[in-house]
Amino acid sequence: MAKTVNVWLDGNHIEVPETMNIIEVADKYGVHIPRLCYHPDLPPTANCGVCVVEVSGNPLPKRACCTPVAEGMKITTNSKKLRAYRKTLVEMILSNHEVVCPTCSANNKCELQTLANNLGVDPDHLPTILHKAVKDETSVSIIRDINKCIACGRCVTVCNEVQTVYALTFADRGFDSHVDTAFAGGMANSPCVNCGQCTVYCPTGALREKSEIDAVWEAILDPDKHVIVQEAPAIRVSLAEEFGMELGTVTVKKMYAALRKLGFDAVMDTNFTADLTIMEEGTEVVEKLKAGSKRPVITSCSPGWIKFMETYYPDLADCVSTAKSPMSMFGVLAKTYYAEEQKIDPAKIVTVAIMPCTAKKFEARRPELRDSGYQDTDYVLTTREFLRMVHEGGIDFKHIKEEDADENMSFYTGAGTIFGATGGVMEAAIRSAYTLVTGEELEAIDITAVRGLVGVKKATIPVPGFGDLNVAVAHGLGNARILMDEIREGLAKNGVSPYHFVEIMACPGGCVGGGGQPYGNDMAMRARRGEGLYQEDRDLPVRKSHHNPEVKRIYERFLGAPNSPLALKLLHTYYFKRSVNSGQVTEQATHKHH
Amino acid sequence: MYQEIFSKYTPTKDNLIYILHDIQDSDPQHYISEEAVQAISEYLNLPANHIYGVITFYSMYSTTPRGKNIIRLCESPHCYIKGSENILRKMKNSLNVGVGETTKDGVFTLELCACLGVCGNAPVMMINDDVYGDLTEDKVDDILAKLREVK
Repeated sequence: MAKTVNVWLDGNHIEVPETMNIIEVADKYGVHIPRLCYHPDLPPTANCGVCVVEVSGNPLPKRACCTPVAEGMKITTNSKKLRAYRKTLVEMILSNHEVVCPTCSANNKCELQTLANNLGVDPDHLPTILHKAVKDETSVSIIRDINKCIACGRCVTVCNEVQTVYALTFADRGFDSHVDTAFAGGMANSPCVNCGQCTVYCPTGALREKSEIDAVWEAILDPDKHVIVQEAPAIRVSLAEEFGMELGTVTVKKMYAALRKLGFDAVMDTNFTADLTIMEEGTEVVEKLKAGSKRPVITSCSPGWIKFMETYYPDLADCVSTAKSPMSMFGVLAKTYYAEEQKIDPAKIVTVAIMPCTAKKFEARRPELRDSGYQDTDYVLTTREFLRMVHEGGIDFKHIKEEDADENMSFYTGAGTIFGATGGVMEAAIRSAYTLVTGEELEAIDITAVRGLVGVKKATIPVPGFGDLNVAVAHGLGNARILMDEIREGLAKNGVSPYHFVEIMACPGGCVGGGGQPYGNDMAMRARRGEGLYQEDRDLPVRKSHHNPEVKRIYERFLGAPNSPLALKLLHTYYFKRSVNSGQVTEQATHKHH
Repeated sequence: MYQEIFSKYTPTKDNLIYILHDIQDSDPQHYISEEAVQAISEYLNLPANHIYGVITFYSMYSTTPRGKNIIRLCESPHCYIKGSENILRKMKNSLNVGVGETTKDGVFTLELCACLGVCGNAPVMMINDDVYGDLTEDKVDDILAKLREVK
């Protein structure tokens, strides 16, 4: 326990640990200090100055985000002087911000908009001076609009310190200081992995996904096209908050109904291919374990992680499962299996994926993911884009009558749905791999050791006939780096990985914390979305992927067996090595199975 | 080509500034190229975006190729009061370049800088490592002509 100190917050005596900053104390005791650059998930950078408070014994105001409490401190959070300071600061920030609120993607979610409104800022007080910089539209996933950037630095912090991707930086100095990539080459020519955490933490609309809404509407309205939609596990638990429903409520059947109302020809579910991923990846793990492999199997669902691995750990590319992500498995099966069964020309099928993710836009465009003979996934919409379509389509989501998905490629188990939370893929895989190894069913299927928000989670699962199965889970790429370094070192020193099976998700919290998720979230909210998925898992009648009847059917009718030649052709992929400077492919790192 | 410079410094990030200076000084075009940043990034195990941030923070470093002679005219208040604006106009006309630009023949690059600490001789400029004070428009042409003759 840290030492506590006596503090008077707006006259109220409280006793708090001396390690806390003033803003953390205020948040804990329900006093909202206006702020802009501070975010509870990120280390404070003290860039904006809006969170100033008066502190006894100091003639000048202090920034609450980076001032630790001290014994006897008397803090005033609201005074005439402070209100004037804050107002001037926000006026200065606004004078250098392109104010186009009605058409901005962050409208009503923008922290600057809310703050300016709350403080009663006079928009005409200062003249507007814009840099008139060109938007960075090089990336297929993310647009950077410098004219809306207020240089708060959250994106730089999350990119460098949380994700350790090292794409964004501050360039130049003084008034010219701005966020950029090295040599202003644009995000597509940087080590950016498209994780989109910068878009989630951006308080304004300066960072956002590259929208594919228009193309999707176009496809929906084209009578010649058969438009299929799939939705990632994390979507169903992230829609409720937009409509004032309780955070973490699973609204899967409302989601299906809304999608059908928007005009999609077939409403299916990525959770089905999440179960299929377990069969393919689980079989791969079991085969490696039986062969006594000294190298681990690492999950491959997260496209931000895959590009990160290709950039920073290509020497371990052979350890990453060859299984495609659930989204890409779905895409290829829609244009082969489903097309055959429904007798639809695959050239007329358009596959749309609704993902909590900006990196999925990059994944969909990978040239190697065309095993159907077409681009397997045509369009990717983030959760935010889907919500925009729901609003645009005039759908009363909260009150819409619940519907089921179509019968094809939509049945899913509890194992499939927990893919959306960190540790979920690991837990789902263990539930099935146990049976694949022992021929028996795992009884205690709630594997709580791999749940929760600890950065790197480790567990040992005793498996009869095999021994101890050592597993590790990392979420957030900074944590992935810690784990990968440990594995790399283990392999170099002892010739053996400390873990048999490893799950890595690029985003903190897993997909529920994805870069395409609704604005205004923090780790606590991500945790509640995750709890929603675990609740759905408990409520579902089938909770193990290998018991999914539709998964069994697709193997009987089409694929044969997990890792069969056809499964390897359609559902498995290979990886590249990329330059740490440009993010571009330099050579192929692994090969496709034959 | 950078190895000789690297060999003088241990690979710790506090040596970044010195390495950047040496690389820029040894480059015939007085700048730090993308290739140089990649080499430094590998040597110091420091991400390229971080190095780019440092280079652009300091006005003494350039990421674009520059001329043989780098002119830095002081734009601080003392020199301004003593007519640095006229000197700048003269310089732009004589060289036919704007601020931050390099002459077509690659002989001069024109830059502005903050106080050089010789305010007693304002207006002042530095060309490479030499200070020129008490500038007048006539003096400027002489100085430039002399430097042009140097092979």
